[in-house]
Amino acid sequence: MMSSSAKLRALAIIGILIVLNIGAITLHLMLGERSIPWMDVFRTLFGTGGEEYRFTIHELRLPRVLTGLLVGCGLALAGTVLQAITGNPLASPGVIGLNSGAAAAVVGVMVLVPAFPMRMMPWVAFGGAFLAAAVMYSLSWRRGTAGSPVRMLLIGVGISAMASALITYLLTVGHIFRVSQASIWMAGSLYGRTWDHFWPLLPWILILFAMVLTMSRRLDLFLLDAQSAAGLGLRVELTRFLFILTSVGLAGAAVAMAGTIGFVGLMAPHMAGHLAGARSIVKLPAAALIGSLIVLLSDLAGRVVFAPYEIPAGLITAIIGVPYMIYLLMRRRAI
Amino acid sequence: MNGNIKVRIIGLLAFVAVTLLAFLGSIMLGIVQIPFRAVMDAFLSFDGSREHLIIRSVRLPRALIAVVIGGSLAVAGCLMQAISRNALAGPELFGVSNGAAFAAVAASFWLGSSSLSLLAWSALIGAAVAGVSVFFLSYRSGRSISSVRLVLAGASLNLLFASLTQGILILNEQSLDTMRYWLAGSLTGRDIDLFIQVMPYMGVGAAIAFVVSSQLNIFGLGEEVAQGLGQRMAAIRTASIMAVVLLAGSAVALAGPIGFVGLAVPHIARLLVGGNYRWIVPYSAVLGALLLLAADIGARFVLPGQEIPVGVVTAFFGAPMLIYLAARKENSR
Repeated sequence: MMSSSAKLRALAIIGILIVLNIGAITLHLMLGERSIPWMDVFRTLFGTGGEEYRFTIHELRLPRVLTGLLVGCGLALAGTVLQAITGNPLASPGVIGLNSGAAAAVVGVMVLVPAFPMRMMPWVAFGGAFLAAAVMYSLSWRRGTAGSPVRMLLIGVGISAMASALITYLLTVGHIFRVSQASIWMAGSLYGRTWDHFWPLLPWILILFAMVLTMSRRLDLFLLDAQSAAGLGLRVELTRFLFILTSVGLAGAAVAMAGTIGFVGLMAPHMAGHLAGARSIVKLPAAALIGSLIVLLSDLAGRVVFAPYEIPAGLITAIIGVPYMIYLLMRRRAI
Repeated sequence: MNGNIKVRIIGLLAFVAVTLLAFLGSIMLGIVQIPFRAVMDAFLSFDGSREHLIIRSVRLPRALIAVVIGGSLAVAGCLMQAISRNALAGPELFGVSNGAAFAAVAASFWLGSSSLSLLAWSALIGAAVAGVSVFFLSYRSGRSISSVRLVLAGASLNLLFASLTQGILILNEQSLDTMRYWLAGSLTGRDIDLFIQVMPYMGVGAAIAFVVSSQLNIFGLGEEVAQGLGQRMAAIRTASIMAVVLLAGSAVALAGPIGFVGLAVPHIARLLVGGNYRWIVPYSAVLGALLLLAADIGARFVLPGQEIPVGVVTAFFGAPMLIYLAARKENSR
């Protein structure tokens, strides 16, 4: 059990992160081509303001910001779970090929089946990510023992390469209009996200988040080595499979709605670990909140800094994420 | 020992002969099938007919380019694997392809032209920058490059370049339309002038590669021996990196990113002739040419009436090879 001071500290961290998220959301609603004073933002949100800003806030900015929030949470949670079960601090949905599996499936549907409804997209992405995970799992996990991290990373890189070859091929055969749409989507943009993107995503993230939280004690057991975990009565293989399935669902759903926003799944769990320690029940919500904060701020920067051009959020997270990754590499001399 | 050398020379000559056959096949086969007679006539007594024109202006350059690119990528892969002492090194994990692709897309966006020679030069520079930075990010003096560092540094830089490329292509639909074929790694529509322009760089790279190839074995020696040879190793390493940049960079410049030839071919060569780089390098050159010719012929027939970019074909066969290598490495521990 946690001591009461640790509990207090955990609550404080999560509280601060929630406040920061609310701040980011407010900034999002205020800034843009047409700036809105914050008083009016709140009045419009709670329905006491006039009709003046209703459309901009309710139809344009709010769905976009909320979709970004969910996407960030999903990616960060997927990353946290993967890093815990593989015991590898550098694993993330991007590195092991989940993102590219999902992306290949979605691009395929976008280019080949133009009338496909958006609300079914999470399922398509889930299918693609699931396929990638299944291949990786069957190749890198031997009966009873976890494969080494290197092996898993390499297999992930191989899967990513095949998925991107498939994407490249699809992009050369498709009609230019759809190719252009697909490539905007792939760069990880929140541009033009509507309630149609938000509502299908919400149940995925909520349900899976709740699932991971209830299983958080088992996740902690993976921090021990596999034998002690088995000794404590954990059915290691089955549990690991369940966790992989949840992170596939989380990453897949997020990718379906916002494209491949890289490095969130890598960075957020790390920062959360620094802030909140290794205990999953605190680390998971902290990572989710940090993930959403990263996505929201990236999207905000992409929207505001280079106006009138919009830089996709995925590009900004990559520009921040790569130096972070390199810093991790440099620091971890032992690898 | 003498008999062994003879066998290896004969083996090499046999592969050269097969490659020549594949070269001929690459000229004859395709959407328009051309009989052998016509191929000979096109060179011996050119009469300006449609068939002869196809041979001289389309099929011949394409086959030539496949040969030099396959050979260059494979030799570049050999050198990388030797100096990093890591079986997974190759132009694709070193970010060379994506770096080149990004530089090419950026140049064509800012300068507003998509002429093949502009793409070629910017690709060469991008390849050099990306390859050298991944090498130094994962390299620590005195030790072999560990797979994890290499893969992670390479994968992150690849991702960075890929998203920057993506970002530029979004801002400009025009460049997306012209660049998507180049980005897929394709041998079609490359004209002979560009080939001639890039040739000297490839030639210099190949020459350096063959000079250092007999020295590469010292990288496989133990730590103490290697330290005793410190000065000399530094020189060989520098020369090898130069050769890699020239070879891989000009290959990407000519055909766009074609993956996994550089990774897979040196392993095939090693299976055939063992661990001596004096033999691995020439065998890789020939096998690389053969493999890319075969992949290019295959790309014309996989889907009827449609050509697949050859880069897609090599990735589909090469990625399982990477997975296989990862699995084997684990077993040998």
